[in-house]
Amino acid sequence: MSTPHPQQAPAPVPPQGAPQQADPSGKWQGLPGAAYTSPIPIKRTHLGNALASEWTKIRSVRSTMWTLGIFLLLVIGTGLAIAANTEPRDYADVPYTLPAFFGLILGQICLITLGVLVVSSEYGTGMIRTTMTASPQRHRVLAAKFLIFFLVAYVVSFCAIGLVGLITSGMHEDGSVEAAPMGGTLLKGSLYVSLLGVLALAVGALLRHSAGAITAMLGLVLVPAILPAFLMISESMRPIGEKMLDYNAPNSLSKIFEIDGGTGGTSQLWLLIGVTAAAIVGAFIRLEARDV
Amino acid sequence: MIELAGLTKRYGEKVAVDRLTFTVRPGIVTGFLGPNGAGKSTTMRMLLGLDHPTAGDVRIDGLHYDQLKDPMTYIGALLDAKAMHGGRSAFNHLLCLAQSNGIPRARVHEVLDTVGLTAVAGKKAKGFSLGMGQRLGIAGALLGDPQILMFDEPVNGLDPEGIHWIRNLMKGLAAQGRTVFVSSHLMSEMALTADHLVVIGQGRLLADTSMADFIRANSRSYVRLRSPQQERLRDVLHEAGITVVEAGNGTLEVDGVGADRLGELAAGAGLVLHELSPQQASLEEAFMQLTAESVEYHAHSDPASSPPGAGPGAPSGGVSGPAPGWGEQWNQQQARKNEGA
Repeated sequence: MSTPHPQQAPAPVPPQGAPQQADPSGKWQGLPGAAYTSPIPIKRTHLGNALASEWTKIRSVRSTMWTLGIFLLLVIGTGLAIAANTEPRDYADVPYTLPAFFGLILGQICLITLGVLVVSSEYGTGMIRTTMTASPQRHRVLAAKFLIFFLVAYVVSFCAIGLVGLITSGMHEDGSVEAAPMGGTLLKGSLYVSLLGVLALAVGALLRHSAGAITAMLGLVLVPAILPAFLMISESMRPIGEKMLDYNAPNSLSKIFEIDGGTGGTSQLWLLIGVTAAAIVGAFIRLEARDV
Repeated sequence: MIELAGLTKRYGEKVAVDRLTFTVRPGIVTGFLGPNGAGKSTTMRMLLGLDHPTAGDVRIDGLHYDQLKDPMTYIGALLDAKAMHGGRSAFNHLLCLAQSNGIPRARVHEVLDTVGLTAVAGKKAKGFSLGMGQRLGIAGALLGDPQILMFDEPVNGLDPEGIHWIRNLMKGLAAQGRTVFVSSHLMSEMALTADHLVVIGQGRLLADTSMADFIRANSRSYVRLRSPQQERLRDVLHEAGITVVEAGNGTLEVDGVGADRLGELAAGAGLVLHELSPQQASLEEAFMQLTAESVEYHAHSDPASSPPGAGPGAPSGGVSGPAPGWGEQWNQQQARKNEGA
């Protein structure tokens, strides 16, 4: 790799009428005092620009490939391993997407990590100042981040769960038992893990610190799954423990996947939607109020 | 045209920028000068809408930064060289910026070519040297081919070739009629590039003047004399009506009289001279003198190594005329601090 040489002479072949705006050789034509007007047509920027920009950002860093790669490996890998060790009659009253559940329990951490990194890596590197200078409409940048991340996370988890469901049904569907429909688990399962990622993004925007935000999110997912065991000891704490047991993230997923005659997990999904919406509102308020 | 009106930024008790009012005009390079911690970067961040001012206002052609509908084709800024994601390639870094403002992709190749980074366009930014990072930052600023350019300490960490390049780049941009606003803590650098000068210290405006005026007002010339017969020399000069200032280490300084006349006077009295040298105080010294009161972070040096003109032998406040020895106010401030301690 060579050190770049400065352009002592102006760059040759400027495309149609492009300005030689950085001609350091002293041969510029401008008159001192005459105001300069950019030849690039002035366009009012809009959300579409921000979405294109955020898409470029998310696809051009290695952390996206790593977190999504591991997510796919976990969901599809463990899903197929479990599918291979089950029999057709295991799928009585459960959907064929069930094997994906076990991978999702671990895989959700990948989406949480990616969600946090989408925003906190900008604060960590200082990129945020460049971003906010290019797009002073801060809310637009954050909205684009939320949308692009949600779409990526939803599509990836939908495809992963769907693939596991299709392969499992191909392996075990012989008409001996009636499996539950898998459409609901596919839609709600991918929505649940994607929303966890969106919540992580909001927490990342609030805390502006990768490690802090990831830790906070892990706490939010794991503590309600562990704490009830201790809360159940005390009689007065028992109701809180029961609620936690009911609404913690792993259990919500198991309800969505109809494990133990699950209820479909709709109320758990609504809780997550509520919490995420609140975090998003907080993130927007803080973004506008604080200095970058 | 950038207009600041009473711009103030306070962090708790600390005032970072204190009622700054000045104008940056198009078609010239305006140097924004101040010691480290003077509030230059904070001012630039407020200009770009990154920080909210505590009070006052900053407008670009009458608009606040966040009211610009196409910020990058209007104003390009280099804040600091490493304000980018190190894991992203130079091309993708510029591409995502271009997309956010609807600038065509072809323009990314153009600016990469302009700053000389085409060969490393696909490389990750974290492998870049400081100079390459600086060039990439400048490429980002040029992306929209804007009419206002703002560079925060662009020559920091650059090799002489890079400094030369940036100097010419800024002059070229201004000659095209663009507004160029560049900050630095190096007076010598500004003397070579800037047409207009805004000096701040501890957030306050110290000077807002054209470069030519600043040079005229601050380039003090004097003659340095050394003689083994110092006492007699002083008497001779005093008789001739010339004010002599003792500058320590046995040297005398004379303002406003030519070296030839001083030499003739000494020869007439039959005095031996060890040194007779015309001196020109540099702009750097003038700048230090201007900002000495407001330098925030002092290194504590022992008095013996104090700069000439402010040594322990110098009579306090003894240097006459509009230009006391540089660092003198510095020493006085130090003395005050020591008394207070």
